[in-house]
Amino acid sequence: MVRRVRIKDHWGEQRIYTIRSIVAAVMVAVLLLTVAARLFYLQVLKHEYYAELSQGNRVRTDPIPPSRGLIFDRHGVVLAENLPAFQLELVREQVGGIPEIDAILAHLVAIGLLDAEEINSIKRTILSHHVYESVPIKLQLDDEEMARFAVHRYEFTGVDIRTRLSRHYPFGPIAVHALGYVAAISEQDLKHIDSAAYAGTTLIGKLGVEGAYENLLHGTPGYREVLVNAAGRPVERQGAFTPKLNVRQPVAGADLTLSLDMRVQRAAEDALTGKRGAAIAIDPHTGDVLALASTPGFDPNAFARGLTTKQYDTLQNDIDKPLINRALRGAYPPGSTVKPFFALAALKYGVMTPDQTIYCPGHFNLPGSSHMFRDWKPKGHGVLAMRHAIMQSCDVYFYTVANRLGIDRMHDFMSTFGFGDITGIDIPGEKPGLMPSTAWKAHAYKRAAEQIWFPGETISVGIGQGYMLATPMQLAHAVSGIASRGEIYKPRLVTGVRPAGTASLTQRPVQPEPPLTAVNGEQWQVIVDGLELATGPGGTAAAATAGSPYKIAGKTGSAQVFTIAQNEKYHEKELSERLLDHALFISFAPADDPKLAVAVFVENGKHGGSTAAPIARKMFDAYLLPDKVPVADKVPALGKVL
Amino acid sequence: MIFDEFSPSRTRRTLTAGGRTLRALGLDGPLTGVLAIIVCFGILVVYSASGQNLKMVEHHLGNIAIAVAAMIALAKLATPQYLRLFAPIAYVIGVLLLIVVEVTGHIGKGAQRWLDIGFMRFQPSEIMKLAVPMICAWYMHERPLPPTFKDLLVMGLLIAIPTAMIAKQPDLGTALLIAASGLIVMLLAGLQLRIILISIPLLGAAAVAAWHFIHDYQRQRILTFLNPENDPLGTGYHIIQSQIAIGSGGMFGKGYMMGSQAQLEFLPERSTDFIFAVIGEELGLLPCLVLLVLYGIVIGRALYLAMQGQDTFARLTGGAIALSFFVYVFVNSGMVSGILPVVGVPLPMISYGGTSMVTLLAGFGILMSLHSHRKLIGS
Repeated sequence: MVRRVRIKDHWGEQRIYTIRSIVAAVMVAVLLLTVAARLFYLQVLKHEYYAELSQGNRVRTDPIPPSRGLIFDRHGVVLAENLPAFQLELVREQVGGIPEIDAILAHLVAIGLLDAEEINSIKRTILSHHVYESVPIKLQLDDEEMARFAVHRYEFTGVDIRTRLSRHYPFGPIAVHALGYVAAISEQDLKHIDSAAYAGTTLIGKLGVEGAYENLLHGTPGYREVLVNAAGRPVERQGAFTPKLNVRQPVAGADLTLSLDMRVQRAAEDALTGKRGAAIAIDPHTGDVLALASTPGFDPNAFARGLTTKQYDTLQNDIDKPLINRALRGAYPPGSTVKPFFALAALKYGVMTPDQTIYCPGHFNLPGSSHMFRDWKPKGHGVLAMRHAIMQSCDVYFYTVANRLGIDRMHDFMSTFGFGDITGIDIPGEKPGLMPSTAWKAHAYKRAAEQIWFPGETISVGIGQGYMLATPMQLAHAVSGIASRGEIYKPRLVTGVRPAGTASLTQRPVQPEPPLTAVNGEQWQVIVDGLELATGPGGTAAAATAGSPYKIAGKTGSAQVFTIAQNEKYHEKELSERLLDHALFISFAPADDPKLAVAVFVENGKHGGSTAAPIARKMFDAYLLPDKVPVADKVPALGKVL
Repeated sequence: MIFDEFSPSRTRRTLTAGGRTLRALGLDGPLTGVLAIIVCFGILVVYSASGQNLKMVEHHLGNIAIAVAAMIALAKLATPQYLRLFAPIAYVIGVLLLIVVEVTGHIGKGAQRWLDIGFMRFQPSEIMKLAVPMICAWYMHERPLPPTFKDLLVMGLLIAIPTAMIAKQPDLGTALLIAASGLIVMLLAGLQLRIILISIPLLGAAAVAAWHFIHDYQRQRILTFLNPENDPLGTGYHIIQSQIAIGSGGMFGKGYMMGSQAQLEFLPERSTDFIFAVIGEELGLLPCLVLLVLYGIVIGRALYLAMQGQDTFARLTGGAIALSFFVYVFVNSGMVSGILPVVGVPLPMISYGGTSMVTLLAGFGILMSLHSHRKLIGS
């Protein structure tokens, strides 16, 4: 008790407490001021910085994909358009977690709407999108698939059919190798495209006009600012506030007008049905490509629809190579189709006059050599001059010409017609072929012994064999140079561009190449005479031109696939179909006033006259006699069925 | 004549009906008034912050009603004698409930904190927010101030038991707040300056030791506080988004119910722990400062009332309640504005959520009871 009284000092304790309280109050004030200062720093000094961050948080820019430009033929026939397509789409958050997605995809496989092999890639695509996004899992459903889904629709929460614009080619496989196609943007495409320009776009042009003119066709995407919440879901308002958001409409891609004439194109493809080959028609006065066919083709709509891996492999591994554009990428020995060009070279270099004759015994030997170069006609053509040499396609005559010209003069002359280099047509994938020369051989081989050019090699080139290779496109380009008598134009498919929203079609100028002036009119006439004779009675292509109201000038050719040994005879019946000679035909009509130059190539077609020339005839008829050619309503079955 | 006008009887006569009611209930006018302003402001903020959710506002109003009832009941009925008697009982019950929670407790937000007693769920740690300062004040009441070393050890033990249990739940934030409320009593009791100076390095050493005992997520929170940009989508997200909200609000705010960070849910815990950022974003700097001033008035008035306490228990309890309130305000506003690490502390009187509201108003009820009943002790 005493101890307590001594130490418990009420006034003292009150004082201690009061002092402590005051100190505490001061500290409270200081710390509250610290918070106030921090708020001032954030809200006044750093306001702009945080305002920007907050804006970036709340507004998402959603792309609006542009609609792809249309493609027309020269008469305004639509070749590629955009049509609404029905596609199956899945919204992840409505489906649930990964087990539910697996279950729903398995169920779609079970009712036959998806391919079991595609499941993994579809799942990857789904998981790479936001949970609220609608992800396409099957592009372009057909009526039957729509009906099948409709029956089962109630079993699928979060999966539904949506409409969007997809590419459609009304003619299906016709002209596919000229038009190209569109397909899903691949990882490789992503490496070289501006991903901002393709935001919201699923398809990109591949090959042909679709690929080459992708920049013009694609257009510019628009955007729409969307208010989003923290989960990324689009919302209308933020609390009581409805913000004003910007929208920029997309600009559609430009429409393209092609030089193609669907009548000629269809005539070519009709005639090539069931064959492996290519046919090209060029207007000799402009370089416009009126037809560019390569068969077999494929249906580009299937690519826009989305091919399964299996379907793609089927196309890729097909023995007939439907994906290969033979017109541009098929480099073959041109055979006898080169003869008029070498005749022209002979005239230009003066190694033959038009009327100078030679005797053809059916074979040719180089002086001092025992190697025998055979003529296709074993008995020989007898005595003939240039016109008849072209008409009868006398090999011995052109062996002689080649021997007199020498390979380097042959190379230089053929180069002016474009042999040995790409023609520069405005679609990608062209092969340059090969026009050999001594310089070429010296570069092409490593071993010194192989770098030497032998005179015998020149002789083979004289009839379009040996090292020489040309694409059907090069042959068409070259023959149009004869048709126009030396005016050469770069071949082209796109003639006009119409920017979106305008009515004015911008014509693209023709692109002339250096003309061939060293050959005079009389000399040209000799060649044209020879070509006319070749399609006339007794000529190699006589059967194909019978009864036409206009004159066709042309030259047949065949190229060996199978090498015949010396002293052996060629028995076509004994050779399997794929070892038969390729058939070629180059031509133009009307012969006196050429409006169309055509090159036809048929793989293993045996004879140019019987296989290739009739195809060219149908193309001339379609172009020169449009009223007499019945237009088929049905799209012919040219493509590989998928 | 003039003197007459200032007579106490005249003054009493000029009291309004409201004033008379407050007096009758044992409530302090200025403190109750400012608290009422803050609570009403809080209702408006919760309406906006909840995304205009009337259900939540209704629930919030219900919580306020319970809390106000608790405050009035304590202010009117809990006389200092009862409170002093009840302090050790509350402490023991609190410790027992913490044991119960440890054994059977519900798992709430990854931690065992909640106790379900049928009609409501509550956290026993909330009891401790009041019981710990009260037991310390109770202990010092009969003893002379400043506390001796033995007193400090006893109080340290009284504080350490619940703190350790709550830290183990694990709820480091609440454990630190409870420890702080006990330390406040020690400081107010006159803890010697030299002991304070000696304990600073000791606390530092303890912090280093504690680093090895705390949970990974707690360690992460502290690391993230030090450098939020390290982990912008993980634990740093809260801090970054909260500062974006406040900063983008600027001087004048984006408008009531128009804050993009809050309304579009970029701001986490927008109606509870981070509600201060909603005020900053939607209403701007001025209301934030006004709110801080109001809190300052509450703390100042509470300290003033505590200072008038007539015995050690009343003064220490009152002072601890006032300063704990400040700690909550400071820790929350500091966390939201990015000067303190993220600790799960709601903004006093404003955040949605019943437990905090009830504890705080109950504390003010005790404070006001200790003040309004002081004459009874004296007479």
